[in-house]
Amino acid sequence: MSEAMDFKVIGTRPIRPDGVDKVTGRASFGADFSLPGMLEGAVLRSPHAHARIKSIKTDAALAASGVKAVVTGADFPQVAAGAIEGGEGGGDFADLAGNVIARGKVRYHGHAVAAVAAQSRAQALAALALIEVEYETLPAVLSLDAALAESAPLIDEGLMTSGLAEPATAPSNLASVIEMGNGDLDAGFADAALIVERRYQTPTVHQGYIEPHACVGRWGQDDQAMLWCCTQGAFDVRSMTAKVLGQPVGSLKVIPSEIGGGFGGKTTVYLEPLALLLSKKSGRPVRMVMTREEVFRATGPASAATIDLRMGFSQDGKITAAEATMAYEAGAFPGSPVGPGTMCVFAPYRIANFRIKGMDVLVNKPKAAAYRAPGAPQALFATESAMDEAADKLGIDPIELRLRNAVEEGDSAIYGPKFGPIGLRACLEAAAAHPHYTKAKDAGVGRGVAVGFWFNVGLQSSAEVHINEDGTVTVIEGNPDIGGSRASMALMAAETLGVPYESVRVVVADTETAGFTNVTGGSRVTFATGMAVVEASKDIIAQCCSRAASLWSTDEDMVEWRDGAVHPRPGVNVEAKPLSLKDLAGKAGRTGGPLLGKASLNARGAGPGFSVNLCDALVDQETGQVQVKAFTAIQDAGKAIHPSYVEGQLQGGAVQGIGWALNEEYVYSPEGVMENAGFLDYRIPVASDLPMIDTQIIEVPNPGHPYGVRGVGETPIVAPLAAVANAVSASAGVRMTELPLSPPRVLEALDQA
Amino acid sequence: MAKVHVPFDLRHLAEGAAVLEVRGTCYRSLMAALRDRYPVLEAALVRDKAFVLDGEILDSPLLEAVAPASEIHFLPRIGGG
Repeated sequence: MSEAMDFKVIGTRPIRPDGVDKVTGRASFGADFSLPGMLEGAVLRSPHAHARIKSIKTDAALAASGVKAVVTGADFPQVAAGAIEGGEGGGDFADLAGNVIARGKVRYHGHAVAAVAAQSRAQALAALALIEVEYETLPAVLSLDAALAESAPLIDEGLMTSGLAEPATAPSNLASVIEMGNGDLDAGFADAALIVERRYQTPTVHQGYIEPHACVGRWGQDDQAMLWCCTQGAFDVRSMTAKVLGQPVGSLKVIPSEIGGGFGGKTTVYLEPLALLLSKKSGRPVRMVMTREEVFRATGPASAATIDLRMGFSQDGKITAAEATMAYEAGAFPGSPVGPGTMCVFAPYRIANFRIKGMDVLVNKPKAAAYRAPGAPQALFATESAMDEAADKLGIDPIELRLRNAVEEGDSAIYGPKFGPIGLRACLEAAAAHPHYTKAKDAGVGRGVAVGFWFNVGLQSSAEVHINEDGTVTVIEGNPDIGGSRASMALMAAETLGVPYESVRVVVADTETAGFTNVTGGSRVTFATGMAVVEASKDIIAQCCSRAASLWSTDEDMVEWRDGAVHPRPGVNVEAKPLSLKDLAGKAGRTGGPLLGKASLNARGAGPGFSVNLCDALVDQETGQVQVKAFTAIQDAGKAIHPSYVEGQLQGGAVQGIGWALNEEYVYSPEGVMENAGFLDYRIPVASDLPMIDTQIIEVPNPGHPYGVRGVGETPIVAPLAAVANAVSASAGVRMTELPLSPPRVLEALDQA
Repeated sequence: MAKVHVPFDLRHLAEGAAVLEVRGTCYRSLMAALRDRYPVLEAALVRDKAFVLDGEILDSPLLEAVAPASEIHFLPRIGGG
């Protein structure tokens, strides 16, 4: 891409095409769909965090009024182990199937044990109470320390730790170990004038999407099935559901609804296989909708983590050595994001001597799911807290300390590869010059700085561009629109084709209409699917040039595309007026048929994203309550296709990160029952808790994308945890190392100081 | 020959080597050459790691060209939310 590119529509801020439907209530979300004869489904969930299922009796439930079908784990096929592909990582089909419905053992409070379909939801719920399950309860394992204790109860009796130098000889709750390292750690610490060494802890938190999981499943008599559901990836739902049910992928059509938030939590399946099997048994469509309580007890969450960190610094602030031991809760099945965590923990900095050890640990909690930049917020909470403490102790400005160590283009990341063009230094310099940073703090206010990082990913995408007979444009793509991607795709198509934004309509299609497309996640949609839309638009341009050349009886290399029309090349002696897209659309039938551009690709060249956050916070010394007084999010977007939606991503990530830092956590009873499974007790930030989140977009173009795009959805949640904690620590005068910084925890720290 | 950086936690499968020089003109031939020398390492890389060619993480590689000066890394797999 060219930095000097003169954009006409990219970078503008048109109204999102789905906006009116969403603000007027006309948009259809997961629970809004219905079919004639549809039944309502409900799930019986485990009342124990850890127990063997000795027997399940469903006869009484099946005989109850209105009940048409009951399923248990015994109705599902055994699923062989095998990695789930699609870019979410850390998953296995057998574990997925075991999480959808328990077989033999329940692994967390809320684990699905049986499901019922009845003519009404009340009848389905009444029938659940008639299912008799005999359990043999087992001790619940609820923390990393408890899970790793020598005598810990085993959650999976067959789990042998992978990643060890010598094969494990006995099962344990430690699913895998990852180690990275370079240089001479001892020598690095010996050179240090200052060593910061602490344990940092983050809690189990939920993605907190507003729309609960919901779907409608319909199994046909010909064994062809359909699913309507809210998901971040219809193709992923298709492959996962087909695998859990032992059906060919092609027998299942998935139609994505609008989605009321996902943040990674809607990249897997929970209800969908249950609804389809209930439909198969009953011969009727089945709708299933989770309550908020079920969402908390059985979906998500993001991993709790404990990170033991040690960093050494020279007197002038250079990092001489760094070491991290990182344990992440996987939940009841392997697959925490500790792998990305180990790569992110020191990613912003040049460090010659380091060791990192990551551990994926089973506990009796719901299986961890992706949550924006999975694994990174926990990791950089630790590192950026230590950087802040080092800056304070060395008497160096915290941004200057980071600038002295920041990675740049050409540096090798601690995880190996060299960085291309990146924007960390630009973000830090922008932060240093920002009015938020240069203005004096109010009395008692603490100011925190933190850096965020995420790799960003590419993966597979498809797109079609259809030119209608009046020259308007329809784009068909397969990524559910979470963050404004319809608008972004329309802008990129309009820019490429040289037509107005308003003439482009983007359709999010089902799995039988759109070409295969990986999940909406990983910060890949604007990058990868955007690239497919640009390629499909270029396919249209090539066809237009070919047809115009034929009409002008000249060769294709005698014409060119410019300003939304085909022109004779300068100097070519053709008597012709330029032919616009509209002109050629009108002649499509007479020049070869409809204009239809296609592209499918496995996108390469995703550019990493860096951010810097600034936070001012005031601690009430009497109550421990924290007020966020000011917050600024600065991030490299490569090129902001629609700046308002980039700003929205930065603001949304900041708010979620502030919630993670200040209040959000799963509170468990000793028996492993979540005690705050609702938004009244699980406290996410609301507007009255927050200042206006200021944003600044930095644009260091990504050479891997035709318009310079980097993903922007993940990085914004990474830095806020440490930015808030650093501000709170400064205001409180006490270093805070365990999240959340809720009033009781802050008050306890103040009392002990 | 391309430089293959052996992940820190798998070096015991390559006689402790941090970097291996491996002949291959594409992912498939490079991994075949690696399999001939260190079959257990190659299997672990394919099963557990993402392939990184000259700084770029490649999903589902097969025929991607590898140059004599290429630098190859293998990383834990990355998802996203």
